[in-house]
Amino acid sequence: MTATAYSAERSTLGNDGRDSRVHRPDRRQINWWLTALVAVLSLTIFIPLYFTVVTALKTPDELGGSGFGLPDTPAWSNFAEAWTLTDFPQALMNSALITVGAVLLTLLTNSMVAYAIARNMHRKLFKGLYFYFIAALFVPFPIIMLPVVKETALLGLDNQIGLILLYTVYGLSFNIFVYVAYIRSIPMELEEAAITDGASTWTVFWKVIFPLLGPMNATVGILTCLWAWNDFMLPLVILSDPSAQTLPLAQYVFQGQFNTNYSVAFASYLMAMAPLLLVYLFAQRWVISGVMRGSTK
Amino acid sequence: MSSPTLARPAKKLPRAFYIMVLPAFALFLIFHTVPVLTGIYYSFTNYAGYGEWSFIGLSNYINLFRDERILNAYGFTFLFAIVSTVAVNIIALSVAMALNSRIKFKTGFRGIFFIPNILSILIVGYVFNYLFSNSVPAIAEALGINALTSSILASGDTAWIGVVILSVWQAAAFNIIIYLAGLQTIPGELYEAASLDGASAWKQFSTITFPLIGAFFTINMVLSLKNFLQVFDQIISLTGGGPGTSTESISVLIYRGGFQGGEYGYQTANAVIYLFVIIAISFIQLRILQRREASF
Repeated sequence: MTATAYSAERSTLGNDGRDSRVHRPDRRQINWWLTALVAVLSLTIFIPLYFTVVTALKTPDELGGSGFGLPDTPAWSNFAEAWTLTDFPQALMNSALITVGAVLLTLLTNSMVAYAIARNMHRKLFKGLYFYFIAALFVPFPIIMLPVVKETALLGLDNQIGLILLYTVYGLSFNIFVYVAYIRSIPMELEEAAITDGASTWTVFWKVIFPLLGPMNATVGILTCLWAWNDFMLPLVILSDPSAQTLPLAQYVFQGQFNTNYSVAFASYLMAMAPLLLVYLFAQRWVISGVMRGSTK
Repeated sequence: MSSPTLARPAKKLPRAFYIMVLPAFALFLIFHTVPVLTGIYYSFTNYAGYGEWSFIGLSNYINLFRDERILNAYGFTFLFAIVSTVAVNIIALSVAMALNSRIKFKTGFRGIFFIPNILSILIVGYVFNYLFSNSVPAIAEALGINALTSSILASGDTAWIGVVILSVWQAAAFNIIIYLAGLQTIPGELYEAASLDGASAWKQFSTITFPLIGAFFTINMVLSLKNFLQVFDQIISLTGGGPGTSTESISVLIYRGGFQGGEYGYQTANAVIYLFVIIAISFIQLRILQRREASF
């Protein structure tokens, strides 16, 4: 696994590295004007973030005007207030549980389904199954939305477990697509050797194939994580118990209450965005190369 | 793919392969196909979401085409989706090309431009809502720009622009990364050869860059349009569909009418039409874009 992950990492970073290493003066020259332009453009990302931070630290009477000024003294109490008002620990736990659950279940099941399909594409049944899953990419969620809410309520799945299941099932279409393409690029010889040694199909998958899927697992894991963590529509329609609320849903539900106090609302937004932003800060290179890999497969 | 077929021609398929796909197939059937089919079924009824109901044939479908609110939702959704798709692809490709050129701090900038994709659109929408309604008018007043002194979200004519700005801000992040992945597949030698031949920057773009990232352009166009046609979170956080129903998208309308308006059967009919619209558009787009790709 490490070998493949390492080489995939190298190939995505290779282009950056090559420019600086090759000796060709006209290619190495830095375009400072363009760098400045890109820096200015990146302000469009930073301005809303800066605005969120300063607003979250203001007292209500410091609001008003353009709102871009710094507060006199940071009002940390906004965070304490938002913490209890939105029941932040509970929402954080729910979001974390749903995201981790969805990512793990997706990785373990979707890769397995893709393996069975990828190795039996010449059989009508599996080929049909492949197109059956892929076709769902064209089905918009609203047509499923109304009936599936009734269904999950009926099955007692209008909770966190139900959401984990739905993310795993709805992600299948796209994940099968990327996994199958990847698995078919893995040579059969490895598996054949294992089978000759008497390994069962299960052993072959878990011991030979799954470890080789490292790079694709990263891609699928990252995309599933971003989706499950930030999704608003599914929690909105599926969850019936207020104690099951995820972070985005909690912001929506408490929106009415916040109308009078924007600072507390912004403190709450910031707390809801922070966990993934922190993870991203450290895993940024890995996240981006994972997403890029998904697009070139 | 032919090698496995040749390698074990007559061998019986291990049962494990069936067991691997069976649970996924069953769950997919239960949570995806069955809802689609029940949706189609209810679209022929006057079901309100509760209580008694009866079959009413095609009435829902006939009424849909006479319903101002439905037509308005389609009008808004298409206007929004087309403008946003074009804007996001132009912006994302430009930024990606800048990030792929000889600039300093490449990796850092790349990381920054991806940030919107890791944030919840709903929450970012609340922040933009405040910016549009309070900060922008205050700044416009200070600068004496009369056109912007009232919130763009407060007028039925301009609220959709706010939705476009938020959506493009968020979606550009992902598209930039896809384009960047595409640009990195182009060998630098091609550009060197072109500059030696004296090709202008535009010539290099139109004869090298654009043709070679054709597949990535197709992915981005199809995915952006499909995602934007399903716009929901942005509307909820920015305008709530208003003012009036000027920014009510199809998804928002199905959600509202179906869950809160007692129009369960009627809105499933709307969703069925919507399904066919999305399928038709995706296929038309793929056809046109792939033909364009092939012709290069």
